[in-house]
Amino acid sequence: MTLSLTNTAKTYADGTRALKPTKLDIAQGEIVSLLGPSGCGKSTLLRIIAGLETPDEGAKLLFDGEDFTRFPVEKRKVGMVFQSYALFPNMSVRGNIGYGLKMQKLPKTEINRRVDEVITLCQLEPYAARPINALSGGQRQRVALARAFAPRPRLLLLDEPLSALDAALRGQLCDELAQLLRSFGITAIFVTHDQDEAMAIADRVAVMSHGEIAQIGTPEVLYRAPQSEFVARFIGAAMPLGRHIDDNTLHFETGSLNLAGSQAGKKAFIRAEDVRLDDTGPLRAKVISVTFLGTHYRIALAGLAPDPVFALHSALSAPKVGDTVGVAINPAAILMLPSDKKAA
Amino acid sequence: MFKSPAKLFQLVITLLACAFLLIPTLQSALAGVTVNYFRGVSSGLTFKWIIEVWALYSGSIFLSIWLALACLMCTLIIGVPAAYALARNPGRLSRMLEEFISLPLAIPGLALALALLQLYGGWREFRMSWTFILVGHVLYTLPFMVRSVMSVLAAIDLKTLEEGAASLGAPPHRRFLDIVVPNALPGILAGALTVVTLSIGEFNLTWMLHTPFLKTLPVGLADSYASMRLEIASAYTLIFFVMIVPLLLAMQWATARAQRIMS
Amino acid sequence: MTSRTFVQLCLLPLAVFTLTFLALPLARLILASGEGEFGWGIYLKILQTPRYYTTLLQTVLISIAVTITALGISTTAGLFLVRNRFAGRGVLLSILTLPLAFPGVVVGFMIILLGGRQGLVNQILPGHWVFAYSAFGLFLGYLYFSIPRVLLTVMAAAEKIDPALEEAALTLGAPPHRVVLDVILPALAPAMIAAGAIAFATAMGAFGTAFTLATNIDVLPMVIYTEFTLSANIAMAAALSVVLGVITWALLLIARSFSGTTVAAGG
Repeated sequence: MTLSLTNTAKTYADGTRALKPTKLDIAQGEIVSLLGPSGCGKSTLLRIIAGLETPDEGAKLLFDGEDFTRFPVEKRKVGMVFQSYALFPNMSVRGNIGYGLKMQKLPKTEINRRVDEVITLCQLEPYAARPINALSGGQRQRVALARAFAPRPRLLLLDEPLSALDAALRGQLCDELAQLLRSFGITAIFVTHDQDEAMAIADRVAVMSHGEIAQIGTPEVLYRAPQSEFVARFIGAAMPLGRHIDDNTLHFETGSLNLAGSQAGKKAFIRAEDVRLDDTGPLRAKVISVTFLGTHYRIALAGLAPDPVFALHSALSAPKVGDTVGVAINPAAILMLPSDKKAA
Repeated sequence: MFKSPAKLFQLVITLLACAFLLIPTLQSALAGVTVNYFRGVSSGLTFKWIIEVWALYSGSIFLSIWLALACLMCTLIIGVPAAYALARNPGRLSRMLEEFISLPLAIPGLALALALLQLYGGWREFRMSWTFILVGHVLYTLPFMVRSVMSVLAAIDLKTLEEGAASLGAPPHRRFLDIVVPNALPGILAGALTVVTLSIGEFNLTWMLHTPFLKTLPVGLADSYASMRLEIASAYTLIFFVMIVPLLLAMQWATARAQRIMS
Repeated sequence: MTSRTFVQLCLLPLAVFTLTFLALPLARLILASGEGEFGWGIYLKILQTPRYYTTLLQTVLISIAVTITALGISTTAGLFLVRNRFAGRGVLLSILTLPLAFPGVVVGFMIILLGGRQGLVNQILPGHWVFAYSAFGLFLGYLYFSIPRVLLTVMAAAEKIDPALEEAALTLGAPPHRVVLDVILPALAPAMIAAGAIAFATAMGAFGTAFTLATNIDVLPMVIYTEFTLSANIAMAAALSVVLGVITWALLLIARSFSGTTVAAGG
């Protein structure tokens, strides 16, 4: 393990617990995403790793076996991309990218060579001499990344690097960022509240909630085998299904489904793409609303759970509001999870 | 465009106020280059008075410039780091400290001068030295420098910029020199021009603190108003205007620029 | 060196300077006021001695008059300059803010040029028109340096008023004078209170102007000056300074709580 945190917690002076004691191990070259809603402690964890926040007593941060818990930020050799980018307005693009190298007191020619290298890598050649405030949001984001990467840090930390961009640009830059990070071959930790970003960029995703890591794993595992209601709801928006569970039967207002084995004490969840409109299906539901989304319809159904359940319906036409439709659900697609009071 | 009576009334008030402020300054400028003010401009124009003022008071003019520059140095050395520290730790304590160093803006200079005289008047070498006046000037101008720099620093995301520099390996003093000072420059410039302008014109403190051998420009002005003929007093005032008006305009320009950058 | 130590180090020069040349001298001044023959009763003595309390009253009266007049003139001119764009506007604005950099003595001299024995008014009008050395001359002098200070504060506030407010009032059928009364003046009120407090405090403490003009009138700063230099009544000079300082400081504190602007109480 190249980076290893143990017992890392943060309590603020007013007693707020921003981060509960956390353990996290990250392998060399791995890209890990910290994903969660705002206030879940993901930024706090990132800032503790960066050295911008001091963890509570008892924390231990190791890098390749070396304890750097007490190192100030400037000695940690981490590169950081800030949410607002924090580019220095008093320096040009080159000046910003070269600043970290200057701090390492490298000779001028070496600095120039390495700045050129990074500028080429990040395709910033046309902007190298420009002042920061003459750049677009996307260009700034790349400069911020280039600046953090240029000093060859041991670890690259990214704090919501795409959130300052508008939605149209975000998708495009997300793929670009994923590619660049792979080409750097660097260990990176990436904080985001957007599950699509996390899945697109990271090897492993740590889903965080209420100051702790709820589950960590590859995007596939998190999606297919969430271990808690919170993770299921947060990743892929799983919805509660059915009225109650009676041993191995999930009961609905109209009809029931058989489950594999006894599931007493658990809750059933389903994702919209697994709810199929099928007149021959065993269940009946009433259409509450129909939204046309281009490739498919999103249809809200009553009668499958206390709350409306959504179905994605790919067809040329859709039922009308008020219609009663047949619904088929593959029991294998139902997620059976322990109930979780905290998730709302 | 000034057709409505209300607008006309506003215009007249504005012009009257301008006249009230401008006419005596023009009179003073004119009197300073008129042969005999009582007989009017018809007596002819002359540089005689200005030359005479120079002979009498050039020492006070140079002292004022010297004091203003020394005062600027002191406010830069004390004020810029302090403004940074206060901006970096906003809180009740910083607020109170800022309020306290701003006291010289609120308390009349006369009272401050008395306070300084009470405590240090007995220390002869200090009392007789130009640094005694300098202390008064720094006291009076320091809050302007601190606030000018602080307001610019408050407008930029100083904390994140510094964190950015720190993550790139910059120790605290490099962050101050590379990030804080360059980005605070508009505020430092506006503060510097304010300090120089105020120092050159400072009278209330200086009158109490000066000695017969150390007269600043405004002290010399008071002296000339009391004991010289009107033409000499006017010529001296004219010299003062020539020095202070460009400074004032530069100060207003720099302050407006700093505010533009902030918004 | 940690970040924290460095920031503390940055405060050090300020802390040393302020302690040595501001905190300690002010403490000494307050102590000095109680070291006279009356002890701390000296503050009571101020209220019992006609010369002191009439001076205090006279200074307050002149300052109130200046404040009201300056507010009237500067609000009118300030609103006019904010709401109209015309050739020469910049020049008018420069003229109106010029006296900001004039020391009080120069302002006094300006009034002498207007109303002294060789003054403009005396030359133009028939008869004897010398007012520079009267209470009216002092009033004009204080007005001279108060107009720019009030103007800047009021203009800064007037520029921030959303023009849509005024337009909204007009669309609701309010005549222009009601708009001024119902929309503009209420929006300007905090700035006017702040500017008024600044003008009042500045007038109370003005020394330079009084020094040039007030040969016959007693205003507080002149009395302090004469107590100190002529009578060598240090305790009384210190006590009066403390009273004056507390009044002006309290007023400027009020001003700042209303507007947050920084204007020096020089002059």
